[in-house]
Amino acid sequence: MLDSALEILRLQNDGEATAVEIASAALDAIEASQPTINAFTHVDREVALAAAAVVDAKRAAGGKLGPLAGVPVAVKDVLCTHDMPTTCSSKMLKDFRPPYDAGVVERLRNSDAVIIGKTNMDEFAMGASTENSAFGVTRNPWNTDRIPGGSSGGAAACVAAGTVPLSLGTDTGGSIRQPAAMCGVTGLKPTYGRVSRYGLIAFASSLDQVGPIAWSVPDVALLLQTIAGFDRRDSTSLNLNISRYSDGLESADLTGMRIGLLRESMDRDGVDESVRQATLTAADVFRSLGAEIVEIDLPHNDYWVPTYYVIAPSEASSNLSRYDGAHYGHRASDISGDDELGPLVTTYCRSRAEGFGDEVKRRIMVGTYALSEGYADQYYSQALKVRRLIKGDYDTAFGQVDLLLGPVTPTPAFPLGEKVDDPIQMYLCDLFTVGANLAGVPAISLPAGLDASGLPVAVQLQAPVLEESRLLMAGAAFQTATDHHQRRPSATRH
Amino acid sequence: MTLSNGYPTTTVIGLEVHVQLKTETKLFCGCSTTFGAAPNTQVCPVCLGLPGALPVMNDAAIELSIRAGLAIDCSIPPMTKWDRKQYFYPDLPKGYQISQFDLPICADGFLEIPDPANPEKTRHIGIIRAHLEEDAGKSMHDEAAGRGDTRIDLNRCGTPLLEIVSQPDLRSSAEAKAYLQELKLRMTHLGISDCEMQEGSLRVDANVNLHIEVDGKKIATPIVEVKNMNSFRAVERAIEHEVDRQYDLWEDTGKTIEDETKTTRGWDDGAGKTFLQREKEESADYRYFPDPDLLPIRLPADRIEAARASLGELPAALRVRLENQYGIKPYDADVIVNQGPALIAYFETAGTKSGDGKRTSSWIQQDVMRTIKDREIDIDQFPVSADELGELLRRVSKGEIDNTRARDVFAHMIEHQVTVEAAITALGIESVDDNELESLCKELLDANPQVVEDFKGGKQQAVGSLIGQAKKRNPNANPQVVRETLIKLLQAM
Repeated sequence: MLDSALEILRLQNDGEATAVEIASAALDAIEASQPTINAFTHVDREVALAAAAVVDAKRAAGGKLGPLAGVPVAVKDVLCTHDMPTTCSSKMLKDFRPPYDAGVVERLRNSDAVIIGKTNMDEFAMGASTENSAFGVTRNPWNTDRIPGGSSGGAAACVAAGTVPLSLGTDTGGSIRQPAAMCGVTGLKPTYGRVSRYGLIAFASSLDQVGPIAWSVPDVALLLQTIAGFDRRDSTSLNLNISRYSDGLESADLTGMRIGLLRESMDRDGVDESVRQATLTAADVFRSLGAEIVEIDLPHNDYWVPTYYVIAPSEASSNLSRYDGAHYGHRASDISGDDELGPLVTTYCRSRAEGFGDEVKRRIMVGTYALSEGYADQYYSQALKVRRLIKGDYDTAFGQVDLLLGPVTPTPAFPLGEKVDDPIQMYLCDLFTVGANLAGVPAISLPAGLDASGLPVAVQLQAPVLEESRLLMAGAAFQTATDHHQRRPSATRH
Repeated sequence: MTLSNGYPTTTVIGLEVHVQLKTETKLFCGCSTTFGAAPNTQVCPVCLGLPGALPVMNDAAIELSIRAGLAIDCSIPPMTKWDRKQYFYPDLPKGYQISQFDLPICADGFLEIPDPANPEKTRHIGIIRAHLEEDAGKSMHDEAAGRGDTRIDLNRCGTPLLEIVSQPDLRSSAEAKAYLQELKLRMTHLGISDCEMQEGSLRVDANVNLHIEVDGKKIATPIVEVKNMNSFRAVERAIEHEVDRQYDLWEDTGKTIEDETKTTRGWDDGAGKTFLQREKEESADYRYFPDPDLLPIRLPADRIEAARASLGELPAALRVRLENQYGIKPYDADVIVNQGPALIAYFETAGTKSGDGKRTSSWIQQDVMRTIKDREIDIDQFPVSADELGELLRRVSKGEIDNTRARDVFAHMIEHQVTVEAAITALGIESVDDNELESLCKELLDANPQVVEDFKGGKQQAVGSLIGQAKKRNPNANPQVVRETLIKLLQAM
């Protein structure tokens, strides 16, 4: 199983494998896992092998190779690719082929990575279970009756299933960390603005961020190194130097580091005992590594989810307006018969009714309501004010500690179908993750054990803005001291 | 104003003027803003609103907006931001327009305009705000032969517009026109916009209603917004039409502003009428909110001061200075200022050199501007430099060359692009010696005793016939000097 990018780079450097052989193995693994896991929406064997062959040819010619040369990388289907469809797992964009690459995809190509395919997701990145996909659910490789998490469910599951070593997800309210946690892999949401959003099909522009998923911290660092950096095509992109994320990870030393344990949040109803225990055990590990653990509280924690579920749908209702059947997206074929609305409005209504799934419609309705005249002050403006308080909580906390430690998800992966009819329960999956998005801080999900039924449990570290290096250092030290990230799901072990 | 059969009535007009900023590229992408390209050829993922594309602000549009705001005495706040105005329409690819809602780039200004009712006075018209926004595309409805097709051209999407909103301070169609003329002059003078109404780079919406005084009580008619008029004449006519229509409607129905919300009407230029476009039963809910893809813009005081310093003299002040400095009439100063900075500079250089502002102004308005128009060129491309024209006119003023000969010289200079001196030489023009001229005149008088007799008999104009003869004998003779010499000789006889 070729589950480490660093190992794949070594194999090629030592002449033990070619990029084409590696890509073939990944493609075979995808083909084998697709009927059960369904992590991908699009894989084109020829395109991937051709990209790998280019890398081999370059190497043979003695050309300079990029840092991800010949490494297969899966890309969430919300990121534009000029040579593959980009669907957002929506019927609306079923046939959309962008004429351009997303900024991060360009960077992958420039680093000589082999883009292996596009991964399944909740439609337009809205959901916590990858059950809201127009292309079928993705299943959790640890237990195929369970969800993989969402919305980057495909992005996490394809790594967990052992098909690719690296994968790009996006995180608006936890959509990298939550599926990473449920699939037992490592996932990082960078600081808002650290990674370009150009070509990322927007869900909630002020919260969305692209990030890496892999088994272990060094691989996550390698992928982050490739995608991070300024892009003048994204006005919110930060024009700052980036750290060398891979440096010093082997010898990470946590002596004297102060880590705040978010104890209070863990003690709420609905938080599984396995999650509580894993977090407390992780705190012990960090303590044993020389860190000082202090208990800390983020006072407006209770307002995270309500604030998020006003701001994100508001932005989404606007961002998704362009899918109107006239310019982009699915167009209803039968628009006759509604004289009262006229053909134009009927085109809009029917196209959107047919093209969007229930969850997307639900959020468009909520967002439209929250922004509408007479309600904007009560909901949207109020949410912006609370968002500032939440940011303030983080500032205060990071005045006292270097990192925050807590759970990622309230529970391990739940059974498929369990929450599909209960949106509020689904929204509560984001309980611990949305704070980082509202505040714009980076956060990482680290595998932290298995529960009694053998499902992965994870912990989350959060850092001040731009302190991805600190997260990676702490994560690397944790993974040196533990072997949670080396566990593999038995069902799909190759 | 009192209408024919009725009550004292005040017309209340507020104008919303969309000025297209003269930037090379669009507001949020690098696409060209050139007018008249083939449909959908000046577009990219950003202005098409393609999924994943993001706007990036064009700083040139900010700079022009600041200059525009300062030119109409607005304050420029230290921070401005972008908002999304949301509605569905086929010419709006993103489903929202990026605009400015609560923090526009320019606020609270005014425009001083000549009072059409009293040339001695001016009127102070308040400006509420000016905000920057992207333009939408263009829908072309093809209803030929029973078809209901609509074709969309998105070339215009993302073109920068500055929407300047006046207070309802205007009281007549003539004031509205004066306001538009002054606004257009400032915008073109500063190079902010071409203000070509035919090309849509200046578009006007007029909000009109009447305040009718009945038994000491003021009654307001419902407000009507007349949209998208494409000439100043249309604005005037539409307002006049609305005044009559609203008054008659009020007489018929008695409906006031309390009974009816604002309606939108179009202007049919051929029929000379406005027509109902849509009735806003309730005001549209645009669900404005800050655009999360764009950062707020900070405008530090030193940037605004630098822009202010770069404005130079504005048209109103310029007019007064030209009148005083060059001794020209207000009308002539107005014509020159209206031609824009390049021609003003040309006039000033030529006028200074000639030492005769009036003559320079008249030559520029007639000979120079006609040539420019005929040849379809700009003043910058005019073959006679301001310096050379000034030199020519200096000689005319000094009596070295007469007007007719000067026109020959001017034509020669345009044709051959040579200096005054060279043109004069080429045309064989020499200044005529006074003694030489006197003997010529004596000869003529001797040969024409009838003229002498007529003159003595009190018919001064009799010398006229000799001027032509003098000119025939010596083409360089200045007719004015010939006339003076003849009269002098006759009086001495």
